[in-house]
Amino acid sequence: MRSSKPILLVEDDNVDAVTVRRALKDLNVPNGLIHQLDGKDALEYLRSGSNKTPCVILLDLNMPKMNGLDFLKIIKKDEELKQIPVIVMTASKDERDKMESFNFSVAGYIIKSADYKKFVESLKILNLYWTLSELPYPGT
Amino acid sequence: MRDCRPILLLEDDTVDAMTVKRALKDLHILNPLVRVSNGEEALVYLRDESKEKPCVILLDLNMPKMNGIEFLKIAKAEEKLKRIPAIVLTTSKDDQDRIRTFQLSISGFVVKPVDYMKFVEAMRIVNLYWTLSELPNSEQESTNEKLQANTAGGR
Repeated sequence: MRSSKPILLVEDDNVDAVTVRRALKDLNVPNGLIHQLDGKDALEYLRSGSNKTPCVILLDLNMPKMNGLDFLKIIKKDEELKQIPVIVMTASKDERDKMESFNFSVAGYIIKSADYKKFVESLKILNLYWTLSELPYPGT
Repeated sequence: MRDCRPILLLEDDTVDAMTVKRALKDLHILNPLVRVSNGEEALVYLRDESKEKPCVILLDLNMPKMNGIEFLKIAKAEEKLKRIPAIVLTTSKDDQDRIRTFQLSISGFVVKPVDYMKFVEAMRIVNLYWTLSELPNSEQESTNEKLQANTAGGR
């Protein structure tokens, strides 16, 4: 990523979270990974002043307590948080999920590949793009 | 890009617009490029129902009549336009420009390299990313809206 700030992953499945961590390591992405289990936990993390602001948010959609779309609805109304690019990373191919996510101006919608090599390739492209692109918080 | 809809480019500088067109051609990107010179012209294009909605919008910031930030403020408040990913493509390294456009939920902020080969590489990455990522389907929603309109009318 262009910034050394951590990546926030919002994902209820621990196995999927481990896969993301492993892929970032295999790609030598130096950013730290902060994992939160659902939208509610992610909001708590983001709103606690002592935590590091993430450079980007990778967001699953289907989660208990607060799902991805409900999370988007809240952060995109929050002056401070709405500027953080949110990339949906989901297994859902549902057209409505996709449309509603883009209506919240997500900065990407990636359908997770079950194949590990393909998944690494998609994270590689994601990292390339967000290294080329500036980010709202460039600081370290 | 992931589909073959046009790319909308907001760029007042003709030479810069030609460079984008040339880079897309060199990268064998088949999407047609629709170029407008400012935000006002872009809104006219985007609101015209007879014109195909673009898959993504590439926009410069410093333009006469309506600049990139003014355009984003309007487009991101319009139901049919806000879902189209907007990527800033500019020479501005101004912190305020970056912060204000991210607050308007842009999907990328690329500082244009002056060197052509580097610019092609930047466009290659933009194309890779928006081929990997899904894109909002403009047709789908208009069908839903029609259905809703029909249902409402039938009551």
